[in-house]
Amino acid sequence: MKEKTSQGKLFTTLLVVLFSIVAFLALFPVISLVVASLSPASDLMRFGLSAELFLSSLEFENFEAIFSASGAQYWQWYVNSLIISGVLIVLSLFFSSMVGYALALYDFKGKRFIFLLVLLILMIPFEILMLPLFQMMIAFQLVDSYLAVMLPLIVAPIAVFFFRQYAVGLPKELMESGRVDGCTEYGIFFKIMAPLMLPSFAAMAILQGLTSWNNFLWPLLVLRSNDMFTLPVGLATLLTPYGNNYQLLFTGSVLSIVPIIILFLFFQRFFIAGLTSGGVKG
Amino acid sequence: MQNFLSTEKKPIGPGPQKNRLKFLYSKKAAPYIFVSPFIISFLFLFLYPFASAVNMSFQRVLPGQVEYVGLSNFERVFNPTFYQALQNTSVYVILTVVILTVLPMIFAIFLNHKLMKYSTFFRAAIFIPALTSVIVAGTIFRMIFGDSDGAIANQILNLIGLSPLEWRYGAGTGMFLMVTLASWRWMGVNILYFLAALQNVSNDLYEAADIDGANVWQKFRNVTFPAIKPVVIFLTTISIINGFRMFEESFVFWETSSPGNIGLTVVGYIYQEGIQRNDMGFGAAIGIVLLIVILIISAIQLYLTGAFKKDD
Repeated sequence: MKEKTSQGKLFTTLLVVLFSIVAFLALFPVISLVVASLSPASDLMRFGLSAELFLSSLEFENFEAIFSASGAQYWQWYVNSLIISGVLIVLSLFFSSMVGYALALYDFKGKRFIFLLVLLILMIPFEILMLPLFQMMIAFQLVDSYLAVMLPLIVAPIAVFFFRQYAVGLPKELMESGRVDGCTEYGIFFKIMAPLMLPSFAAMAILQGLTSWNNFLWPLLVLRSNDMFTLPVGLATLLTPYGNNYQLLFTGSVLSIVPIIILFLFFQRFFIAGLTSGGVKG
Repeated sequence: MQNFLSTEKKPIGPGPQKNRLKFLYSKKAAPYIFVSPFIISFLFLFLYPFASAVNMSFQRVLPGQVEYVGLSNFERVFNPTFYQALQNTSVYVILTVVILTVLPMIFAIFLNHKLMKYSTFFRAAIFIPALTSVIVAGTIFRMIFGDSDGAIANQILNLIGLSPLEWRYGAGTGMFLMVTLASWRWMGVNILYFLAALQNVSNDLYEAADIDGANVWQKFRNVTFPAIKPVVIFLTTISIINGFRMFEESFVFWETSSPGNIGLTVVGYIYQEGIQRNDMGFGAAIGIVLLIVILIISAIQLYLTGAFKKDD
């Protein structure tokens, strides 16, 4: 018996060592980014990140630059990303929750068919629709607008699906008692049922927010002017080997993910639910 | 919205204003109002673009002038550059499917083990890369895997006696960069899927297996695997679809053109032809071919993993 526990201890130690290595590999690039943002930027782009940099003294010059006039462009991207993600979260949660709720708790003709359509869209890659959608944006003169970036994400099938799976578990009797109390169908949703779905709203806010915050290919197509760029599109313009603004690239990258990581530390549960929402049992 | 509602109103016929308003509030109409945002977005942002993608693939689209060119776009698709893109993408899909299914499975089983400690901390740490955008993650990967001898990846190679590599200039190392970047970002999320499934396996089953004298492999095959099989099917399915959609992981290392097209993906090819060369008909045709490839591969994968059989 004693032998067995010491074997168990050895096993635990091995596991902890193994996962310390894995966790280190996972965090190393994030740490590297912070170190890079505190190092001379032009050398980094030319020579890459060397081990010595981790030991050398850190300087905050890069951050001084981004918070001075030369960082104005960057903050414009930041504001664009904030507006687009913010509005998108509100709109997509509003619409997707309504759809998911109705698909879960009402019986109506065409319900199964509509749900099948939701699943169908989930399976078809957006990239196939990208060119016609881009043409549409040109036709409606929406190119280079916030609306163009948001449109394809406003009613997100993944969010509809998630809300539906969540709402299926809610008691229908509450709707009935709402009716008895004289609530309209919409009152029942907004006043009684939606508050019960709050955890799913939190998870989807994070999923939609992160998707939009990190979205790249579509904004790259429809955004034209520097002043309209979102963070990923703007940062990507700094990636060229001919650039002269690598400071902004590194400090800007750090400032674009640090708020997300801080939010994650506070709302871990909802981040996890949001990012693993594809796997909700059908 | 107005149009959609008016078709719903028909059954009760034209009534006084008050009656119509009342109908909108009825239990019969409400669900249709609730789902109307989806219907509208389905029609305008999915069905119409999809139909016009198919239509466009038979056209030559020039500014102010569109002509039908039959199958000629599709004949042009099957050229060496496309095969290169398809090959790169396929290799990427195979590697990411294997890595992002097998490793998270093993990690999750360990993290779920009763002898494991600090499991919550490790889970969170491995999850953090999922919060980064590909652009930010790629930027830092470019620094770590820089071409000079002084970049940290080459310093490590040097330390273990290997010669430094020009990571972004070789086909093998280029693929390594893209696959590593994707694996790094998604590992934590996929682990969570497996952990969620593992929570459903009751400890009694393992104890019963212990009593029957089952070894580790037998326990895995007969107790653990049946519980996590749905996750395996789910993750391979989405990894295949996401793998074929890949664009950003390549863009961040080479922008839109890589040496010898080592980083060209099918979606990158759509972007090159459809957007940069403004040959939308051709771009649409590549997209349709991509869709067919994805559907065939997904069907084969679902058949092989037996997702069709278990229909309960």
